[in-house]
Amino acid sequence: MSIDTKTAAHVAKLARIRVEEDALPVLAQEFNTILGFIEQLNEVDVEGIEPMTSVTPMRLKRRDDVVTDGDQQAAVLSNAPDAREGFFAVPKVVE
Amino acid sequence: MMGGLNTLTIAAAREGLRVGEFTSVELTRTCLEQIEGAAALNAFVHNTPELALEQAAAADARIGAADAPAMCGIPLGIKDLFCTKGVPSQAASRILQGFRPEYESTVTQNLFDAGAVMLGKLNMDEFAMGSSNETSAYGNVISPWRRGNDTAELTPGGSSGGSASAVAADLCLAATGTDTGGSIRQPAAFVGITGLKPTYGRCSRWGIIAFASSLDQAGPMTKSVRDAAIMLGAMAGHDAKDSTSADLAVPDFEAALTGDIRGKKIGIPREYRMDGMPVEIETLWQQGVEMLRDAGAEIVDISLPHTKYALPAYYVIAPAEASSNLARYDGVRYGHRARLAQGDGITEMYEKTRAEGFGAEVQRRVMIGTYVLSAGFYDAYYNRARRVRALIKRDFEQVFDAGIDAILTPATPSAAFGLGEMIDADPVQMYLNDVFTVTVNLAGLPGIAVPTGVDAQGLPLGLQLIGRPWDEGELLNHAYVLERAAGFVSKPAKWW
Repeated sequence: MSIDTKTAAHVAKLARIRVEEDALPVLAQEFNTILGFIEQLNEVDVEGIEPMTSVTPMRLKRRDDVVTDGDQQAAVLSNAPDAREGFFAVPKVVE
Repeated sequence: MMGGLNTLTIAAAREGLRVGEFTSVELTRTCLEQIEGAAALNAFVHNTPELALEQAAAADARIGAADAPAMCGIPLGIKDLFCTKGVPSQAASRILQGFRPEYESTVTQNLFDAGAVMLGKLNMDEFAMGSSNETSAYGNVISPWRRGNDTAELTPGGSSGGSASAVAADLCLAATGTDTGGSIRQPAAFVGITGLKPTYGRCSRWGIIAFASSLDQAGPMTKSVRDAAIMLGAMAGHDAKDSTSADLAVPDFEAALTGDIRGKKIGIPREYRMDGMPVEIETLWQQGVEMLRDAGAEIVDISLPHTKYALPAYYVIAPAEASSNLARYDGVRYGHRARLAQGDGITEMYEKTRAEGFGAEVQRRVMIGTYVLSAGFYDAYYNRARRVRALIKRDFEQVFDAGIDAILTPATPSAAFGLGEMIDADPVQMYLNDVFTVTVNLAGLPGIAVPTGVDAQGLPLGLQLIGRPWDEGELLNHAYVLERAAGFVSKPAKWW
């Protein structure tokens, strides 16, 4: 498995991280080094082994379906880069 | 007293506070002065002296009223990964620049409820991704240790490098750390202090900025094993706000320190004897074996056959979880937002914000995580890694079922290296730092690094003990025996 610059660009796009064109070859190279390391996992016989979902076998607790918190608009918005009229503001999403 | 109040252990300070030898305000002031004078270490990155003195005065009142839990009045450093109300908490990342949480993490709240004092926030690798504290937006942390008379700057390890440097340099009595693949134990070993990663679920993760949620666990970084026992007792406990936090009573860990491990079975895993391991590490490990044997423990050769696959599995699972956890940093709700060009839409905002806000290592891991989770690769990488993880856990279960009480291994494959020395190495070389510690996270077990020796250049070396799940008391008792037998007393000579 080898990652080319086109795949690297696609992964960057999926991750929503802008990577300049001239940085892609180095990035692809690093991916290949890391993935080469990960490839060792193919040596392991995992037949019949379930993928781990929880390191400690546990049933997630349930609670009553009731409102436990709220009325904190100012606190929720206090760290926003751009908050207006009680909302998070972002650039136009739909043309 | 040889050193100042800042050099005390938690246990010694607790005694001094209770008998009225000094006050928490005096103790706190001494630490604040030390922090002022230690800017060269770059360990503390946000100081909170006003809050500290206020908390110290409140602690003194509690001590005066004889209502003093063990941590009451003890000045601590808090890793920047913990959200602390109204105090910058940015995981050493540019993307969280300016973020001041409106809430307090459960662990810090537990510590404050126990009367602990926060001196400030500690430097770390960005989003806890790193083993040398060279990925921080605040710049490198410098270890207080040096190789003899050589003035080259050394790493304190990572990701809890600020915590390690601050405790080793006596800027605080102890510090919080977090450990996803070794981030408490490796830096503790590099600077000659004690670092404990508890069982997964022992400490609430609520309010700790997430890296890899199935692996992350907070723990104490302290000057002694007893201090680790005391501090863990205050940090731990069930929390309804973290669904993976264990609903178990917190035992008195300090009471478990009997110093008696006669008849206990200590496992020595043969797979941890790595090719190319420095002779010094091999010797240290053998010395540790002898110490535990002399204390009456039985030494048993054991096998953990899937050890070799722990790091590759980790470098699938941790980035996968990170790519998901770090998706929230999009420039909308908190932290940095990139300046946009005319016509830029929301996708450009996400992409530019994340490119500017995340450092190179974080970007790399988010993208690797994205790749291994992407359509067509999910089964081949992510599911396979989770199956290997199940096998790694089973390895440990089998040795514990066979009667092993604790496992002894080296903590790190070498002593601390110089800052910048790994700059030309590929990322995998840096990842190998966690080769002895990462299995413990994958299996959810408690592990502790204890300083047990120094290398030829006088730098600290540590051993790791691994315990049964939920039995930190027993683990700490083994560590206590090792600590007493090793008698590690070296301190870095003050140059800062």
